[in-house]
Amino acid sequence: MGEPGVGAITEAKRRYAAGVLRYAQMGYWDPDYVPSDTDVLALFRITPQDGVDPVEAAAAVAGESSTATWTVVWTDRLTACDRYRAKAYRVEPVPGSLGQYFAYIAYDLDLFEPGSIANLTASIIGNVFGFKPLKALRLEDMRIPVAYVKTFDGPPTGIVVERERLDKFGRPLLGATVKPKLGLSGKNYGRVVYEALKGGLDFTKDDENINSQPFMHWRDRFLYCMEAVNRAQAATGEVKGHYLNVTAGTMEAMYERAELARELGSAIVMIDLVIGYTAIQSMSKWARRNDMILHLHRAGHSTYTRQKAHGVSFRVIAKWMRLAGVDHIHAGTVVGKLEGDPNSVQGYYNVLRETHNPVDLQRGVFFEQDWAGLAKVMPVASGGIHAGQMHQLLGYLGEDVVLQFGGGTIGHPMGIAAGATANRVALEAMVLARNEGRDIWNEGPQILADAARGCAPLKAALDVWGEVTFNYASTDTPDFVPTPTAA
Amino acid sequence: MNAAEAPPLDLEQLYRDSNVREAIDALDRELVGLAPVKTRVREIAALLLVEKLRRTVGLAAASPPLHMSFTGNPGTGKTTVAMRMAAILHRLGYVRKGHLVAVTRDDLVGQYIGHTAPKTKEVLKRAIGGVLFIDEAYYLFRPENERDYGQEAIEILLQVMENQRDDLVVILAGYKDRMERFFASNPGMASRVAHHIDFPDYTPEELFAIAGLMLEQMQYRLSDPAAQALREYIALRRTQPHFANARSIRNALDRARLRQANRLFEGRSGSLSREMLATIEAGDIRASRVFGMMKEKA
Amino acid sequence: MRLTQGTFSFLPDLTDAQIRAQIEYCLQNGWAVSVEHTDDAHPRNVYWEMHGNPMFDLRDAAGVMAEVEACRKTFPDHYVKVNAFDATHGWESLRLSFIVNRPRHEPGFGLVREEADGRNIRYTTRAYATDSPEGERYRV
Repeated sequence: MGEPGVGAITEAKRRYAAGVLRYAQMGYWDPDYVPSDTDVLALFRITPQDGVDPVEAAAAVAGESSTATWTVVWTDRLTACDRYRAKAYRVEPVPGSLGQYFAYIAYDLDLFEPGSIANLTASIIGNVFGFKPLKALRLEDMRIPVAYVKTFDGPPTGIVVERERLDKFGRPLLGATVKPKLGLSGKNYGRVVYEALKGGLDFTKDDENINSQPFMHWRDRFLYCMEAVNRAQAATGEVKGHYLNVTAGTMEAMYERAELARELGSAIVMIDLVIGYTAIQSMSKWARRNDMILHLHRAGHSTYTRQKAHGVSFRVIAKWMRLAGVDHIHAGTVVGKLEGDPNSVQGYYNVLRETHNPVDLQRGVFFEQDWAGLAKVMPVASGGIHAGQMHQLLGYLGEDVVLQFGGGTIGHPMGIAAGATANRVALEAMVLARNEGRDIWNEGPQILADAARGCAPLKAALDVWGEVTFNYASTDTPDFVPTPTAA
Repeated sequence: MNAAEAPPLDLEQLYRDSNVREAIDALDRELVGLAPVKTRVREIAALLLVEKLRRTVGLAAASPPLHMSFTGNPGTGKTTVAMRMAAILHRLGYVRKGHLVAVTRDDLVGQYIGHTAPKTKEVLKRAIGGVLFIDEAYYLFRPENERDYGQEAIEILLQVMENQRDDLVVILAGYKDRMERFFASNPGMASRVAHHIDFPDYTPEELFAIAGLMLEQMQYRLSDPAAQALREYIALRRTQPHFANARSIRNALDRARLRQANRLFEGRSGSLSREMLATIEAGDIRASRVFGMMKEKA
Repeated sequence: MRLTQGTFSFLPDLTDAQIRAQIEYCLQNGWAVSVEHTDDAHPRNVYWEMHGNPMFDLRDAAGVMAEVEACRKTFPDHYVKVNAFDATHGWESLRLSFIVNRPRHEPGFGLVREEADGRNIRYTTRAYATDSPEGERYRV
């Protein structure tokens, strides 16, 4: 795969004569190119229109995401354009998907502004996704060179320091989004926070669209929530927190809200993905200056991450957010109500949590990525999970994760605090058993049942929700899953 | 329970399940000579295996005594056998982890008051679950110096050897005559050591075989005249003072390698083959002072 | 009240066998285990008293259990916890920390509210135990 139909034209006079050339002729396809350690690499999944040659399509993507335009322009010759041209260096068919191809493209480091996700994304995805010769296009993965990683500050806190600040080690953290999503006033909202934290959760959370609405102004929420947090801290002797959502219509308003959170002594604030990459970086810098843990809700991502053929894979978003600098990011639960195939989700978790990612095609990690000392991001698993799944959650996701049980806490038949206690007991019992060497995959339900004998809230939770599962076919599975060999 | 009702006691099964045969066979195979030592190791293993079986039918409550003393000249394989013993004890289930911690007096005894107990306890913590090997253990006992802190270490060891037999096995090692004197002056220690194994000096044939194994590992071979020279060397060297058995062989081979290298270097203008790089010649061995000294004597 | 710091505080107090199993898990992972105690369990009190240095290079839990026992015997009315430290790159921090001893009576914490400007309140968590000086705090 990959012999160019027409070779690159290297003789300058012919190359830059006015007219239209194929992209592969213009130098955007170079199968002999060896990517340098300082190149930014991107992997696109391209679905060319019928009759369009895949190599030409790959070269077109390279061109349109770097220096090309649809016709030759003489002003190119005022630049060292060989350098600025992105190079598609490898094209291969996607296994099992007729008509789709993987295109590997390399970009010179000079194309990018240091420390700017806005620029990185505008460069790579800003222009090319509407391109007519392609039926569909997806940015599947990226390799950020260490030279570029070093221009970003990364997460302001990171997993290790977060644990040290909370003084909580060796187990996942527990959270819950306040329910109902909308409509509670500040005082009643705070009641949910108090009950859940007192019952045993580490965190509670504003939902993504809780900003400042007629039913609850943001200042009221902050004041009541911090009363609840401190009350729960004194009741339990543990550090507690509530993610105060500072998302607003302007940066100025966001800073105002964040300042109040800091004044009130909150350990953590929260922002939504929809504030935009630049705002996220600004808030990250603010959080670093103010010793604040920064939680990111990935609001809206599914509009472009969910479909396999078109959009941006969440693993790329995860990488961008690690560079931009968030401490928490929702990354999937596998067994909950929202989309997430186990291998893909583990791939996202690895990209967020590891200091170095080797190539792992089974989990959709296409490039080796060295994070060059950038702090680790704590993934958050949220959406339709309950205590009865604790063994699967611990097994799939590991212990450096925030498990959020919104409905699973607040909907508990014995009340919110009981719901929190049920989750906490289930979690601690499962971690204890795992450390002892027990097989939690198979013995999980028994371990939970044993723990429930001493804990009425857990028993009630298992009775109500024990049978609930969300089994639907995933829309975004990895392409490389090893087939079992014959025994 | 009478004999007719009891399930058959299968020692063979226990032997197989414990995988200890592998460890004992490796001992036989990989260590040259040491016939009496290997016999004793097998005897001890049989004792422990039977002890295990007895436990399954309710005989024997207390754990069998396991502490040992290994006596012999330097270079006779005491530390090596101690490591193998740890593995065997582990496979038979008498120590939990099977690692070996090897120490001398300096690791256990402090330089000032209050220093010894924490030092000894630190060593014990590391050794727990495995085997503690104390080389030249008699140096702990210095009766001529009343301010010597070795006694404190001895007290602590005695306590552990008696009360924590499930946690730790202690092997004391050193020269035979000095160990005997040590035990005579420390009856408490003597009474806690159940198995005494003596490591005889290697015979010249055994030393030659050890040299062979070492050379094979280092990827050298001896020419026939060199083999003869080595035999003669061994016969001479054994009689001389400070002979440390396998260690002395090791040193001699290292010196021969040095001489070989220099010989090849001097003759580097000529042609060189892979064969020559791997071969040690008689001259490389005969250049040793050991031969010269005999000539002088004669 | 029951202080719920540490990884296993919501479970019934761990038996010695369970503590030993957790310590074995830590040693298998190559973490250094240490024992600490305190009579001031404020959530922001990071520095409990060390009962000896962290124990590196141990292969078996018995050595650690001896220290745990010694600490519990010496300070029966203090909180005692076992920590496991991971010195590998990217962590260099604790990986596990759990309580192995509690005072017989845990009075807990009060919340002090200082009303500041506007509707703002400044909060302080105060341990009732620290009303007494060190050494006299958890008398039954």
